[in-house]
Amino acid sequence: MSFSREAILHLAHLARLSVENTGDDDSIQDDLNRIVTMVGQISAANTEGIEPMAHPLDTIQRLRLDIITETNEREILLALAPKTAAGLFLVPTVIE
Amino acid sequence: MHTKTIAELLKILDKGECSSEELTKIYLARIQKLDKTLNSFITITEEFALSAARIADEKRRKEDKAPLLGVPIAHKDIFCTQGIKTSCGSKMLDNFISPYDATIVTKLKEAGTILLGKTNMDEFAMGSSNETSFYGPVHNPWDPALVAGGSSGGSAAAVAANLTPAATGTDTGGSIRQPAALCGLTGLKPTYGRVSRYGMIAFASSLDQAGPLAKTAEDCALLLQAMAGVDIKDSTSIDNPVPNYNTMLNNSLEGLKIGLPKEFFGEGLHPEVEMAVQNALKTLEKMGAKVFDIELPNTKLAIPTYYVIAPAECSSNLSRYDGVRFGYRCDNPQNLEDLYKRSRGEGFGPEVKRRILIGTYVLSAGYFDAYYVQAQKVRKLITTDFINAFSKVDVILGPTTPSPAFNIGEKTKDPVSMYLCDIYTISVNLAGLPALSMPGGFVQQCPIGIQLIGNYFEEGKLLNIAHQFQQLTDWHQKTPLTFKE
Amino acid sequence: MNTSWETVIGLEVHVQLITKSKLFSGAATAFGAEPNSQACAIDLGLPGVLPVLNETALKMAIKFGLSIGASIAPKSVFARKNYFYPDLPKGYQISQYEFPIVSGGSLSFTLEDNTTKQIRITRAHLEEDAGKSLHEDFHGFSGIDLNRAGIPLLEIVSEPELRSAKEAVAYLKTLHALIRYLEISDGNMQEGSFRCDANVSVRPSHQTKLGTRAEIKNVNSFRFVERAINYEIERQIDILENGGTVIQETRLYDANKDETRSLRAKEQANDYRYFPDPDLLPIIVSADLIKEIRKTLPELPREKSERFERDYGLSAYDANVLTATKELADFFEQTVQASYQSEPKLCANWVMVDLLGALNKTNLDITESPISPERLGGLIRRIHDKTISGKIAKTIFEKLLCEKEDVDTIIEKQGLKQVTDTTAIEALIDEVIAKNPHQVADYKSGKDKLFGFFVGQVMKASQGKANPEQVNEILKHKLGP
Repeated sequence: MSFSREAILHLAHLARLSVENTGDDDSIQDDLNRIVTMVGQISAANTEGIEPMAHPLDTIQRLRLDIITETNEREILLALAPKTAAGLFLVPTVIE
Repeated sequence: MHTKTIAELLKILDKGECSSEELTKIYLARIQKLDKTLNSFITITEEFALSAARIADEKRRKEDKAPLLGVPIAHKDIFCTQGIKTSCGSKMLDNFISPYDATIVTKLKEAGTILLGKTNMDEFAMGSSNETSFYGPVHNPWDPALVAGGSSGGSAAAVAANLTPAATGTDTGGSIRQPAALCGLTGLKPTYGRVSRYGMIAFASSLDQAGPLAKTAEDCALLLQAMAGVDIKDSTSIDNPVPNYNTMLNNSLEGLKIGLPKEFFGEGLHPEVEMAVQNALKTLEKMGAKVFDIELPNTKLAIPTYYVIAPAECSSNLSRYDGVRFGYRCDNPQNLEDLYKRSRGEGFGPEVKRRILIGTYVLSAGYFDAYYVQAQKVRKLITTDFINAFSKVDVILGPTTPSPAFNIGEKTKDPVSMYLCDIYTISVNLAGLPALSMPGGFVQQCPIGIQLIGNYFEEGKLLNIAHQFQQLTDWHQKTPLTFKE
Repeated sequence: MNTSWETVIGLEVHVQLITKSKLFSGAATAFGAEPNSQACAIDLGLPGVLPVLNETALKMAIKFGLSIGASIAPKSVFARKNYFYPDLPKGYQISQYEFPIVSGGSLSFTLEDNTTKQIRITRAHLEEDAGKSLHEDFHGFSGIDLNRAGIPLLEIVSEPELRSAKEAVAYLKTLHALIRYLEISDGNMQEGSFRCDANVSVRPSHQTKLGTRAEIKNVNSFRFVERAINYEIERQIDILENGGTVIQETRLYDANKDETRSLRAKEQANDYRYFPDPDLLPIIVSADLIKEIRKTLPELPREKSERFERDYGLSAYDANVLTATKELADFFEQTVQASYQSEPKLCANWVMVDLLGALNKTNLDITESPISPERLGGLIRRIHDKTISGKIAKTIFEKLLCEKEDVDTIIEKQGLKQVTDTTAIEALIDEVIAKNPHQVADYKSGKDKLFGFFVGQVMKASQGKANPEQVNEILKHKLGP
């Protein structure tokens, strides 16, 4: 397995991550190839009939009662945002 | 005063030989003076600390019984602290002042601890040497040319240099145990779910677990006591009763069955590290423990498995950093896509980006089954190895790391060589087991760690063994010369 | 070439569940709050926060599953659907993918021609809603309101078994009634509590392989669903008949232009990278919990409709109309009660024809009816016991619409009581006969049709109050054979 430049750009697009002009562009292809070769070792394991394990603990989910526990903290939370107006978070215009 | 353990400090505070305010000032002064060479703190919370210390002194006069009243500690900068910058070692969160406290922050506050500051760490806890931090690498107090380990390198260096009596850390693949080993400390990664993850910034949710780094097993027991327990805000935290760890410390080791996995003693292990492990075994045998050879046949698959699962979870966990609601946002975004790509591209460092891309890859259409699903199956195999081992022995013992601390910059060029540092610690996270690293000797001037792995929820047994070991050894009492005075 | 085309429609309906708090946080869910005032740290996806599942939302999903005879998964799993959009705070939506809580089951509905159709439900799963992008101009920026982010949704997916826009609408109306009967959603379509995506394709009538489908997003009224689907069917047939191919794409219905248009140019290939959410363990549903929830199931529309036919002797059509909503069914039954069970069929007529007609004119819902079931039942009681005639009843009904008085008071005050005194009626008839000797002569010479004329005259003389049956009887007697 080896990543082409296009494959990396496709992944970077899915992850909305610019990898160009950020100083770490050159080595990324090499690094990813080395990592993927390393993780490829798992394909050799015989896992026939083995259940995938998503979680270390074999327990069940605890639920929450349907109660309102949160108060309006809008001013505190909006203060964390880079750009807001009229109680809204602002992003460059979303085009349909 | 600064070389004392928490257990000792509590006696001193109780007797009134020193106030919490005085103690806090001693540590703050040390941080001011000595951290320049270490870079172990990202934020020092002097004002918070002093006012909390005064309140603690006031409470002590009123006979408040909080178990850690007036004891200064430091938090890894991965834990959200209300009103205090919580950066996670990243440019992305350099401007993030958390509006809330993590559950363990609240619990340790309620136990009476005083927060000295937030410690340096690998960016988003992704690293084994603390070199991926936006705030620069942490230097090992035993030799500033060496790494302190990671990702909880700041916590480990700060405790080892006596800048704080203890600190919190998180462990996703060895991030508490490995820096504890490289800095000569006792560090505990509890069973997955023993400690709440709420407010602990997620790296890989099914692997992350918080725990203490301290000088002794006894101190780790005191801290874990305050940290452990079910949390309604974390539905993966476990509703098992928390035992009294302190009362378990002096249990006899007579008849203890220790398993020695042959896979932990193969190629790549530094011979002097191996010797230290053998010496530790002899000490434990003297106390009545019996040693058995065991097998963990899938150990070699732990690192590749981990580097599928952890990046997969991280790629999704880190999607929230998009420059919209908090954190870094690029200048003058041209459009929405530009906002996302540049905010994330500029806000994350190279290691984080590598892992996001790997994680995106292993989850993407066409590769999901071959990587993610296969990794989950191998995870099951690795876990089954441990379950089989624990049907024969009470605890598993081995080295924490293959070698002592390496030079800063030595492994940064090759990410895979860096990943191999966690070869003995990583399978524990995949299985969700508790494990502890305790000082077990030195290679030249560098401390090395002995790892104890326990069965689920057997933190008490690990602390018991380490405490007993520390009654017969003095590795844990060694202090780097530069930071003794 | 003259091909006949078959339409294939599958529907995905997003139902907002009426919980007090969100699916994974304790923030409030009220509609119309100030922007971002109901979006807490968890809804915003702040660093370090974790989701904890709302028990009531889970129970509602199970309740729905039981109501359609579906199987409830003993173990179901939440998965993350990963994509970037400003209204999606975490960069992923917590949904269910491989292991939904509800699978299988079916929904039956009656069409206009009284035939019944059953559609299988593929699955229903829980997921969190996204926020809203507001496109008012903030100088090149859009505003994001995350109040809706995290509100529990039940996504209900049908098999592609619907064959026309009319069937799709009938299915939707039945589903809409059901979720309101179950009291798991308010079903308010304007507020987005019941949203529909339609997958539409066409194929030559004898072909078994499905045609390429287009997905029409977020149509928010029954009327628009029908129009959008019909437009889409024509569009696709048009393409195919002209030798073109239909592209698989997402389309948006524009109600103003009454057309659908292509929406997705922005993302060529979606790769959502679903994987089990590591923050949420599997949900285990015990047999006991299912038993407990089954006990809370109300009488469902279909059961109610059958009972109405059986117990009240209504036609299938009437029973169907009256059980369209729980509120209407309750209104009808309360009316029957208030009428002392006298004439359920008469009650059905009054509710369906007179009351619904009047409400329609004033754009009121049955819950806003100015006439209570008690008053309407009272009116019907007086028809039944012959205190008033049906005609007078219509007059009183008009008064009931705008006055608060009860039926008996109106009858009393206005002297509308029916005349049933034989002597009084005889006197009226004698008067009419005396006044119309020609018509009497004509009638007697065989013009039977004139009988109606005499009835009318008598009723008029009594100002509509004479009992028509008595009038008939006495007239016949007096006019002779």
